[in-house]
Amino acid sequence: MTIALYALAFAALVLSFIKSKENTILSLKKAWKSFENILPQFLTILLVIGIMLSVLTPQQISMLIGSQSGWTGVFIAAVIGSVTLIPGFIAFPLAAALLNSGAGYMQIGAFVSTLMMVGIVTMPVEIKYFGKKAAVIRNSLALAFSFAVAFVMGVAM
Amino acid sequence: MAAVNIILIIFFPNIGFNAVKLSWKNLLEMLAVLPPIFILLGLLDVWVKRETMVKYMGQGSGVVGVLLAYLIGSAAAGPLYAAFPVAAVLLKKGSKLSNVFIMIGAWSTTKIPQILFEASALGTKFMLIRLALDLAGIAIIAVFTQISLNNEEKEDIYNKALSME
Repeated sequence: MTIALYALAFAALVLSFIKSKENTILSLKKAWKSFENILPQFLTILLVIGIMLSVLTPQQISMLIGSQSGWTGVFIAAVIGSVTLIPGFIAFPLAAALLNSGAGYMQIGAFVSTLMMVGIVTMPVEIKYFGKKAAVIRNSLALAFSFAVAFVMGVAM
Repeated sequence: MAAVNIILIIFFPNIGFNAVKLSWKNLLEMLAVLPPIFILLGLLDVWVKRETMVKYMGQGSGVVGVLLAYLIGSAAAGPLYAAFPVAAVLLKKGSKLSNVFIMIGAWSTTKIPQILFEASALGTKFMLIRLALDLAGIAIIAVFTQISLNNEEKEDIYNKALSME
């Protein structure tokens, strides 16, 4: 997918350049501006994630959200999922490992769903773009929704 | 945060260095995905006329706007926070707020590469159930978020987007 995006961006850039050199340069300037705008937050987020992941190990997580942990486990899984921001290449293998080491589908459902939809760490960035109210409402609704996902997973899996 | 990390390195060298290592790995991952997103965003900003965006994603864009929002979000790569600058450009060009929230929702959880990864790690059944729930959940969350904002707050969001230049 990343390669497809690169191909698309490159093709669009070439097309743009053929149509207008000035506009293409302007596009690239705007691209850099947008990136620069969000860069400080990017770097902070990366550091926060790094620290969190090294303090909270998979073993600790699996102790907290085992399949016997019930709704308490779902709640803990949702909290962990909300405050952490784990990139996909770590998150899914981690979720699979947690399942193998005894976590239940309900808890994993809550964990995966909050991990993707609820972002406490990225909240300051979201507020910068959408304001406090919209950011808080979106994240709260996503959290509530994740409990619904957990419930369905508990019934269906 | 850098200061916290330095303190960690001094007092808990294991955790501290591990944190730096993880941040570095993340940074490389991020730098690998972000360039095409921002290039496309820049091109979109310059080439797509406001009228075009309003027509396809603005007020009265209907089902087309909703589908486009799902499509943009799902075709994305990279973390959720990369979606916010994209959202700003869509808003600046006159996209409807609920469509932008749908794009954010899709970006957060129905990204195609991520779905494939999820299926291989947690099984196709798990992935399909979550995908079905997500597609509905994203729309519900978008609509409720939009409804809960008053006109002034909505205008404020559009102004924020305009000032992101």
